[in-house]
Amino acid sequence: MSGEPGRPEPDPRAETYEGLGDWAPEALGAGRVIPVVSAPQAVLSRAGAEVDPTAGETVQLAADLIATMRVSPGCVGLAAPQVGVGAQVFAVDVTGHPKAITVHGVFALCNARVVEATRWKAGREGCMSVPDLTGDVKRASRLVVEGMLPGSGKVARLVTDGFEARALQHEIDHCAGLLFLDRVAGAHAIYQRKVYL
Amino acid sequence: MNELAITVIGRDRPGIVADVAEVLARLGANLTDSTMTRLRGHFAMTLICVGPAAAEVEAALAPLAADGQLLATVRAVTPDGAAVPAGEPYVMAVHGADRMGIVAAMTRVLAEAGGNVTDLSTRLSGSLYVVVAEVELPPGAAEVLLGRLADAAAGLGVEVTLRPAEPDLL
Repeated sequence: MSGEPGRPEPDPRAETYEGLGDWAPEALGAGRVIPVVSAPQAVLSRAGAEVDPTAGETVQLAADLIATMRVSPGCVGLAAPQVGVGAQVFAVDVTGHPKAITVHGVFALCNARVVEATRWKAGREGCMSVPDLTGDVKRASRLVVEGMLPGSGKVARLVTDGFEARALQHEIDHCAGLLFLDRVAGAHAIYQRKVYL
Repeated sequence: MNELAITVIGRDRPGIVADVAEVLARLGANLTDSTMTRLRGHFAMTLICVGPAAAEVEAALAPLAADGQLLATVRAVTPDGAAVPAGEPYVMAVHGADRMGIVAAMTRVLAEAGGNVTDLSTRLSGSLYVVVAEVELPPGAAEVLLGRLADAAAGLGVEVTLRPAEPDLL
């Protein structure tokens, strides 16, 4: 810890911001495009480590996730384990998606957790890390998530719904070492993926 | 190595899947795609595996069928080529009063439109008959097809819906 002796570290969790506050992805700096790994890579099946959202490596990782997400057609979310890093960081951007209702734009969260989940609905999901299969997964369509913003370390409390809620749950699962395959609705709920973007 | 298509059907009891899989594993037959369900209480399993000659697998499965409660068949098949995305994925759901020919009529309409059924299940519950099919349709065919399906369904006195099954990439 870098704090001076006798002076407690400020706890970033002391303040929780509704929404993203004044956070903007530009603050992360330039990101690099990183190759996405596919199952059965072990990193996808292990819980990611909690991170320090203010650490330089976390900020770079968040920037890299956003950069990689942006160049991947149809990708609306990407978690650190998907680029081979076992850490609780992910990026989401559902802007423009036809099923999105509430949209927070492009953002990244660290150490995120679901605070409230209601109105469960089934939907078919595909994942960049499971390129040949899709599955029917029940997710909450009303969701409250808390996570730390990379860079500032402030805690953002996101209240969302619909497709953004589904994307957040999918990414939080990645950070916990879970794939949609771990949540499919039944034995006949996985399918060969038929349409490639 | 041979690609084999195996079916096992018969009276359900606990342990059939374990028994069949164990026989295949012992022979070094690698089970690839498989599906198992109960159809009106009957055990029904279809699987593809890669392994030794069909006759050897058939002989190894024979003891399972010895009590006359199970029927196991093994057939060598030609490996399929790489799956090429053939069209747009849709789900067709049909339900209504049971009568002869619902599956025949509805899947004929799909076939005539160039649709390929990739998954299908039917259930009869009391007098209610339900068909759910995953189909690949030629691009842009869905709208016209839905009209034809609706006509066919009206003729049968059942309801039909057709909806896209496109997954969201996350």
